[in-house]
Amino acid sequence: MSIEWHNVCGTDDLVINSGVCALLNGQQIAIFKVGTAPDAGIYAVDNFDPQGKAQVIYRGIIGSIGDKTVVASPLYKQHFDLASGECIESPDQKLQVWPVRVQGNSVQIGTGAN
Amino acid sequence: MTSSNTPSQIVVVGNGMVGHHFVEQLHQALPSAKIIVLSGEPRLAYDRVHLSEYFSGKSAEELAMTTPELYDSWGVEHHCNAYVDNIDKAAKVVTTKSGETYSYDKLVLATGSYPFVPPIPGHDQEHCLVYRTIEDLEGIEASAKESKVGVVVGGGLLGLEAANALKEAGLETHVVEFAPQLMAVQLDEGGGRLLKNKIEDLGVKVHTSKATSEIVAGENCRFRMNFQGDDYLETDMILFSAGIRPSDQLARSFDLEIGERGGIVIDNQCKTSDPDIYAIGECALWQNRIFGLVAPGYTMARAAVSHLIGGDTEFEGADMSTKLKLLGVEVGSIGDSHAKTPGAQSYTYENQPQGIYKKIVVDEQSNTLLGAVLVGDSSEFDTLLQYSLNSIALPEFPETLILPSTEGAAPTLGADALPDSASICSCHNVTKGDIIATIDAGTTDFAGIKSCTKASTGCGGCTALLKNVVDAELEKRGVEVKKDICEHFAYSRQELFHLIKVNKIKTFDDLLAQYGKGLGCDICKPAVGSILASTWNDYILEKDHVSLQDTNDTYLGNMQKDGTYSIVPRMAGGEVKPEGLILIGEIARDYKLYTKVTGGQRIDLFGAKVNQLPEIWEKLIAGGFETGHAYAKALRTVKSCVGSTWCRYGVQDSVGAAIEVENRYKGLRAPHKMKMAVSGCTRECAEAQSKDVGIIATENGWNLYVCGNGGMKPRHADLFATDLDKETLIKYIDRFWMFYIRTADRLQRTATWMDNLEGGLDYLKDVIINDSLGIAEELEAQMQHVVDTYQCEWKTAVEDEKSRKRFRRFVNSELDDNSVVFVEERGQIRPATEAEKLSDINIIDATETSEA
Ligand SMILES: Cc1cc2nc3c(=O)[nH]c(=O)nc-3n(C[C@H](O)[C@H](O)[C@H](O)COP(=O)(O)OP(=O)(O)OC[C@H]3O[C@@H](n4cnc5c(N)ncnc54)[C@H](O)[C@@H]3O)c2cc1C
Repeated sequence: MSIEWHNVCGTDDLVINSGVCALLNGQQIAIFKVGTAPDAGIYAVDNFDPQGKAQVIYRGIIGSIGDKTVVASPLYKQHFDLASGECIESPDQKLQVWPVRVQGNSVQIGTGAN
Repeated sequence: MTSSNTPSQIVVVGNGMVGHHFVEQLHQALPSAKIIVLSGEPRLAYDRVHLSEYFSGKSAEELAMTTPELYDSWGVEHHCNAYVDNIDKAAKVVTTKSGETYSYDKLVLATGSYPFVPPIPGHDQEHCLVYRTIEDLEGIEASAKESKVGVVVGGGLLGLEAANALKEAGLETHVVEFAPQLMAVQLDEGGGRLLKNKIEDLGVKVHTSKATSEIVAGENCRFRMNFQGDDYLETDMILFSAGIRPSDQLARSFDLEIGERGGIVIDNQCKTSDPDIYAIGECALWQNRIFGLVAPGYTMARAAVSHLIGGDTEFEGADMSTKLKLLGVEVGSIGDSHAKTPGAQSYTYENQPQGIYKKIVVDEQSNTLLGAVLVGDSSEFDTLLQYSLNSIALPEFPETLILPSTEGAAPTLGADALPDSASICSCHNVTKGDIIATIDAGTTDFAGIKSCTKASTGCGGCTALLKNVVDAELEKRGVEVKKDICEHFAYSRQELFHLIKVNKIKTFDDLLAQYGKGLGCDICKPAVGSILASTWNDYILEKDHVSLQDTNDTYLGNMQKDGTYSIVPRMAGGEVKPEGLILIGEIARDYKLYTKVTGGQRIDLFGAKVNQLPEIWEKLIAGGFETGHAYAKALRTVKSCVGSTWCRYGVQDSVGAAIEVENRYKGLRAPHKMKMAVSGCTRECAEAQSKDVGIIATENGWNLYVCGNGGMKPRHADLFATDLDKETLIKYIDRFWMFYIRTADRLQRTATWMDNLEGGLDYLKDVIINDSLGIAEELEAQMQHVVDTYQCEWKTAVEDEKSRKRFRRFVNSELDDNSVVFVEERGQIRPATEAEKLSDINIIDATETSEA
């Protein structure tokens, strides 16, 4: 079961402490860049807000709650832990988390080959 | 954590909700743990609690709680279709049906439960189904397509959920229940009766006290169910939902202790009778009880993890209170809903015309709440649950907890003046009493109270009011009220303002580095963004500021529920040239935008996608329009009546004055939105007294009113100064706005701000009119700086390639966002509902609306 990596954008397409949205096989994925380190602090989660039922997560504000790095949904402001995808306010809501890495100047998202 | 004696290999049998939670918790607590997951289903864990949403269009992927990739990235080995049918306890090896073997140091059984199907003759044929897995639902969907009538056997919680699914699928739906009432576990007889009535009103037929004796071929339908007695019912399909049984086969076959009526016996650490084997979730039996809800299962998972890593968290039982909506009917059940506790007494309220039933059960002395039943209206659930879980002392007349409020008097100002029954949050039905109960139960921080009561987690419109109530209550209890804006800054908004100004701080990062901690959040970032804007007035999409803005500010539009934006060009004073109207009309037509006139005398265009915004604004700007800042905590509009120019009664040119002040303060960022209006005479057609700043013309000049507002708690503005000339009027307003911007709390409108100033209106007059603080000149100078550096943010944005890039919908594709779907209503677009999205009818393809 190996991971297949897909180039989705360049590192300079990311906006520091903010999000962009990539389309991968019809799936919308929100990619966030936290902090200024060149290849750290990149997170990829589902773009679909399960509460607001709209594809908007990438337009949320990044922040921290305790030591968790979170994004606040722009619609109803609930927070998702970017590392686990879990919603802080209602743990039964969850965003899928995607493996993400930087290769050279490319940002890559991983999907499973099953 | 004693990782030295942490077992090296942990095998988890079953990857349901609880099994998955165990894996997640263990991985988090001990990333090095070697975990092997054996899932009996063809897929990894999914959200069974929301299984029914599969019928409303949720895909298996969307229900998934994990993915193979995620488990891979955690280093968790996983196998699907791996049904374990053998345990060798001595050799510590498990074997799957297909013959694979896995050795373990510790084994975790998370095998859940299976639907109980009563052994009625004829139950075992096609179109007789159960409701537990995604495969079951696929089967039901297929069978429903070939059926007209469907029966659910079992009128419990799951049965009613299943009935809803059949009804949604368009079948004539029946529920057959053996007991004399519905939901016999959670509800009392009265509640069950009312629920039955309500459900029958919705078109589902309920048959109680019916025992099915056989299922035979039908005459008009596929089957005929014969009941004891000589009743029968014809149906095309049957769904069994007659309870669950723990999946304890492994324990039975391999000699782990099980309960008399099934279930794998566990202790507080979730250990079975074999110290190397744990059982968690619905297969486990603790103190002779099975817990058929997911939350207790999660608690068990955490207890087992804790024991594995040497911690001391134990499973100590769980509260089984439930609140849910069944077929659209609100139902709540708390604790001892059947009043089985010796000496228990109950109070009942029933409102048949409205279909509401409420009961509370209290102890012998009426001191504490033991249980409750709510049907038709569960708005008191949260409060009652607080009472019962925390044994909060009941009020003298406990029935007031469920009786409709008779408080007639409108609440006056201030949190203290509100009665306990005042609704603070109408989204989640939280009253002041709920909040007080929460504080009494020991929660004293704002975030905690929010998450306990859910207050202010819906539309958020009550945040300021909630904060007032909480602060007032805490102060009463002698708790020091921290005015900290959030966990990242131990300062109030006003203090941050001073820090930024005095230390000439220009970016959020500098402020955070010097005075804060963590990364910031959606509370402090926009607040600081606003302070920076009203202090230095840089372009808000400047690189350093972009990440601070709420989405509305980042994309310079108001985000709507479907993620599209609305566009509001400024029309100062509500004045617009025909050419302007025509241009707006053309844009609305070409982009198929929903068009509406706002209360602020301008036009709002809805349904623009983020990538269309720059294009649309380019056209508006070319036609002479500017941004209306409808998205910002800033000046919105200055409403006006037509004034002396046209009106027979007008005494001053109110439109001219409105345009002048709107152009002066446009773009000014503030703790909250700001509204103004100018009326041309005392008839007050512009409703200036409902605005933060209102101006009313007099024979001799202008009267100035301040701190009014409409909205949730309307308030008339106070008369501030009379018969001013224009120059003095502007001077006072400059000072007033800047003083407000400097000293108000986040999201505090002018009225609340003034009420919280010691000395109130008189103090404010002193500062603004008499310059008692000696800051008037400074306030005016700061306002002049903001006025002089005004820029139309949209103009700046469309002219700058970098800014425009931000509006790309996808970084890697030019494709349109196909999740945005509209339907037509009254000749215009509106967002499609979830149901409409699935039904595919009359959908307007949003992708063809772009004419570019
Ligand atoms: C339609 C529906 C609605 C529900 N609604 C709610 C609700 O609103 N609130 C609530 O709290 N709860 C609700 N529940 C109950 C909730 O889903 C369960 O409490 C929860 O799923 C229990 O989790 P579990 O992991 O113990 O069991 P399960 O989720 O049943 O998972 C057990 C897994 O183990 C597998 N398995 C069994 N035996 C073996 C074996 N020998 N080898 C390998 N794998 C095996 C099974 O195939 C299954 O995948 C609902 C359930 C249903 C069906």
